[in-house]
Parts: sequence; C-alpha cells; structure tokens
Amino acid sequence: MELLGQQLTAGIASGTIYACIALALVMIYQAIGHVNFAQGEMAMFSTFIAWQLMRWGLPYWAAFAGATVISFAGGVLIDRLMFRPIRTAAVLTQIVMFVGLLAVLNSAAGFIWDFTSKPFPPPFGADPLLGSRLVSTHQATMVVATFLLLVLLYVFFRNTRVGLAMQSATEDPVSARLVGIRVEWMIALGWGMAAAIGAIAGMLIAPVVFLEPNMMRGILLYGFAAAVLGGLSSPGGAVFGGFAVGIIENLAGTYIPVVGGELKLTIALFIIISVLVVRPTGLFGATHTPRV
Amino acid sequence: MVDLSEIASGFRHASGGIVGVGRGRNRQVAIAIETIAILAILPFVLHPFFVFQVTMVLIYAIAIIGLNLLTGFNGQLSLGHAAFYAIGAYTAAIMMNSFGVSYFWTLPAAAVICFMFGFLFGLPALRLDGVYLALATFALSVATPQILKIHIFEQWTGGVQGLVIAKPDAPLGLPLTQDQWLYFFTLAVTIIMYVAATNLIRTRTGRAMMAIRDNPLAARSMGINNPIYKAVTFGVSGLYTGIAGTLGAIVVQFVAPDSFTIYLSVAFLVGLVVGGVGWLPGAFFGAAFILFVPNVAEHFSQGLSGAVYGLMLIVLMLVMPGGFAGAVRIVSSFLKKPSV
Repeated sequence: MELLGQQLTAGIASGTIYACIALALVMIYQAIGHVNFAQGEMAMFSTFIAWQLMRWGLPYWAAFAGATVISFAGGVLIDRLMFRPIRTAAVLTQIVMFVGLLAVLNSAAGFIWDFTSKPFPPPFGADPLLGSRLVSTHQATMVVATFLLLVLLYVFFRNTRVGLAMQSATEDPVSARLVGIRVEWMIALGWGMAAAIGAIAGMLIAPVVFLEPNMMRGILLYGFAAAVLGGLSSPGGAVFGGFAVGIIENLAGTYIPVVGGELKLTIALFIIISVLVVRPTGLFGATHTPRV
Repeated sequence: MVDLSEIASGFRHASGGIVGVGRGRNRQVAIAIETIAILAILPFVLHPFFVFQVTMVLIYAIAIIGLNLLTGFNGQLSLGHAAFYAIGAYTAAIMMNSFGVSYFWTLPAAAVICFMFGFLFGLPALRLDGVYLALATFALSVATPQILKIHIFEQWTGGVQGLVIAKPDAPLGLPLTQDQWLYFFTLAVTIIMYVAATNLIRTRTGRAMMAIRDNPLAARSMGINNPIYKAVTFGVSGLYTGIAGTLGAIVVQFVAPDSFTIYLSVAFLVGLVVGGVGWLPGAFFGAAFILFVPNVAEHFSQGLSGAVYGLMLIVLMLVMPGGFAGAVRIVSSFLKKPSV
C-alpha cells in the first residue's frame, strides 16, 4: 500500500510537469491549429533567460517576471517573423518550420550557456512540506501553480473580451474578421501566451531536472501525449492528461513486471493510443462532424 | 483540427504542374535515361567515401518515397517511419548473422514483414487523423529503440550494442570494389522502386488513394473502400521504408537501436517537405538535403551547427514553402511562357 502511495505521489509530481507543458501546447493549438514541436525548446530557452537574469544579480521573482515578459515578446516575434508569412502554406511546411525553430533554439542555448547542467532554484525551497515524507514544498508549489494557471486561463477565455475574441478567431477566422477582430494579432497573442506559459513551466521544472539545453527533450514527449490524451481543444483536459500520463507511467513501471524502467514510456504511449482508438479526439476534446 | 487535405491541396497543383513539365512521355524518358547515365558513371569518378554517401542518398530517397506515398498521396501524417526503417534493417542483420542468408534474399523478406507490419499498424490508425495519428506514429518511433534493447531479444538483436554485418563482394567476379557494387545494387533497387511508385499512383488504386486524401467523405460515397485503401497504403509505405532500411543496414554494415530514433523519422519528414510533398522526384532532393546539409552546417561553425541547419530550414521554408516541387513548378512555368 505504501508503495502504491509513493508511486501515486511520484506520478502526480511528474504529472504536474507534463500538465504545464501540455497547457502551453494547447494554447498554441488553440491559436494556430498545430502542435508546436518546438514548445519544449522555447520553455528551455526562457528558463535560461531567467537563469541569466539571476546571474546578473536580479532577485528570483524579478527574474521570473522578466523571463515571462521576454518570452511573451519572443513568442509574438516568432509568430510575426516565421509563421505569419507561411500561414496559408501546407501543414507539413509549418511542421518543418517547428523543426527548424527547435534546432536553432537548442543549438543557440548550447552555444551561449554550454551543455553542462546548472542548478535552478525552486521559488519556495525544496524541504518536505509540513514534515510530510511524501510531498516536498516544490512539488506542492508546482501543483498549485498549475491549477492557478488553469483557473486564470479559464477566466481569461470565458470572461474577457480578448479571450473571447481569441476563441472566435480560431473557431472561424473569416467571421471573426468580419465582426472586427484582428485575427492575425489574436494568433500572435496566442503565441505570446504559449511562450509565457512555457516559460513558467520551464522555471518550475528546472529545479527538478536541472537546467541544460536538452532538459525538455523527454518531457515534451510526455507533454504531447498528455495534451492529445486530454483533447487538444481543452486546457482542463490537458491538465488532466498530464496527471494521467504521470500516474500511468509510474504505475506501469512498478506493477507490470517485464516493463521495468526501460519500457515505461512505451507502455504509457500504448495506453494513450488505446484510449485514442476508442475516443479519437481525446477524452475532453470536441468532436467535429465532417461536411462534404 | 489539422485538416490534412490542406497538405493535399497545396500539392495537387504541384504535381499537376510537374506532369506538364515534360511534354509527353518522350521528354520524361529522355530525362530518366540521362539521369541514369550520369548515376552509372558516378562511382568511377568520385572519391570512395562520396560513393558511399551517394548510396545513402538513394537509400533515404526510397524511404522518403515510402513516406510520400502515405503522406503526400494518401494524406496520412507519419512520425513513425524510423520504425519501418529499423524493422527492415534488423530483418537484414538477423537473417544474415543468425541464419547465414545472403544479403540479396533479405530484401523480399523485409518487404513482406514491413508490409504486414504497416498494414496491421494502419488498421487501428484508421480511426485517427491529423495530430492524433501523428501521436500514434510518434509513439511507434519512440517505442522502437526501446523494444530493440529488451533483454529477451538480445541473442538475436545484440541489445544495445547492435549487430555488425559483413560487407558483400561483387558477384560473378565483376571488377568492382565493394562500395561500387553496393552502389549499383542500391541504384537498381531504387530504379525499380521508383518506377513501381510512379506506376502505382497512375493506377486506379493510386487515384483512390488521392481521392481519400482530398476528401475522404466524397471518396467513400463514390464507392471507395477507405479503410482497406488506407491500411494497404500504410503497408506499401512501410514496405518502401523497410527496403530502404535493409539496404541501409547492408551498406552501413551495422545496426544499433539508437540509430532508429524519432530523429530519423523527423529527418524523413523534413526530407519529404524539402523535396516536395506529392511529387516523387522530390525524394532525391530531400534525401540529399537531410544527408548533406547538416555536414555543410557543421563546416560553417562547429558550435552552432544546429542553429545554422535550423536557420537554413527556416529560410528554405520561407522562400520555398512548397519545397523543391514548388520551385520546379515556378521555374517550369516561367520557361514555358515564351512559347505560349
């Protein structure tokens, strides 16, 4: 029983990481209708910016805010410079663009800050939470931060003019333009927000996995799986998917004997695909009825 | 939803334009003969290492043709083709090492195995499209190296270390080095596979594949059996990439789990898009790109090679969103103008 408890807590802890990245993926998906394969590298780069700001003597929260704002601007800039010109091009062209962006960010980070892993401080320390053996303060911070982000996004999309405008811009760009919404800027805003959420996710994850240019490589896979499992059109689904993937991964590694540590990811993906075969648009995704 | 028919619509025009390039079959046959003649002379004038690299270009081109049949002509996105490449490679390695089969006979075996595997994988994948299919195939890519490393299979697969294969000599006492012979062997297979692919897309089956890509619902209402065609296309695509993997293993003389990761799948996809989706000759441009450009980038700057490669990709996509297919279309329509 204790083993189960430990594995569940560990699953929830890594699930938070996946949930953060999945949230950022869903944001971009909402804005442009594609999954951003460079999301992990964008988050990694943002975290390095925060690290650099701290190196220059800024306190943690100033660096945190600074990195988030810079990332937001960077996201908008990436959209305007790289993706706006090919908005009407084929899906695959855009996917290759993501691959290019990924390569540039990864290599540039390695060039500027080198490939040795660096410690990154957690915001509230990493001591056990209130004397509990299972949960550390930082794990609790991550869970709370993820839910806070989720609530903020929910309110933003439901109750603000900009949020509603963004939604209508993705749902039906032509009609949105007709009622006076600047669709192009809504997409750029989506990129900015996704980059900012990625930055926050990166800064929360970095204390756990250490900061280095390849830190997001494995995590993005899980985040992608989480986002797709939850349904790409649903931020709440993404968070649920994140926790589900984290827990499945840990339980499969412990309780399925042949699996062991090596096949954890394979089993998790296998389960996710089985779910998708039954529900092709994810657990909470909206289904579209095709028209001729 | 990602609408994969978007991919198609961008390239339907491309392929339409390309057909117009050669006026009639004669011109196309002439181009083909010239190309083959040049390719036949290459190994006698090039440095041996370069012969090896050109062989690899041909092998990657076969793999990209396989991906093109699936993605470009049938509209199914795959991030999992490294898995087929790996299955082909391991089929060759295991048959040659454990059972002493000649390299030549590993090709048909790999073809059958990869077709079956592709077909079977294609069946559940029928229910998924767009990003969800991308995830399913992506999972395949991620799982492949991990499965190849499992202890149970180690006596055949060689585990993490992989397997080393002996390099075949030229048969019948032909005066060719091993590299030259493998080059010609690969070239012959490439030509057969390429011609088969061009013929396939001209048949009823090929048109059915494209109809499904352009509008699945309309295709179904015209009486096309979508599930069968999609699964078979998956199988054929797997067969192509598997054969490429077999050749790759024989030429490189080595297979190991970590050569078949998700990055290989992504490289195939990059090659496909750079060459041009839905345009078969594009595979050769794309294969050359994914093989040579990373090296060129490394020449520019050791530390920033990834960034240079990424920038080149980005600029290329901005300048030629349709890849080489789009560029060829523009040039050919420009050349045609005066005569009209």
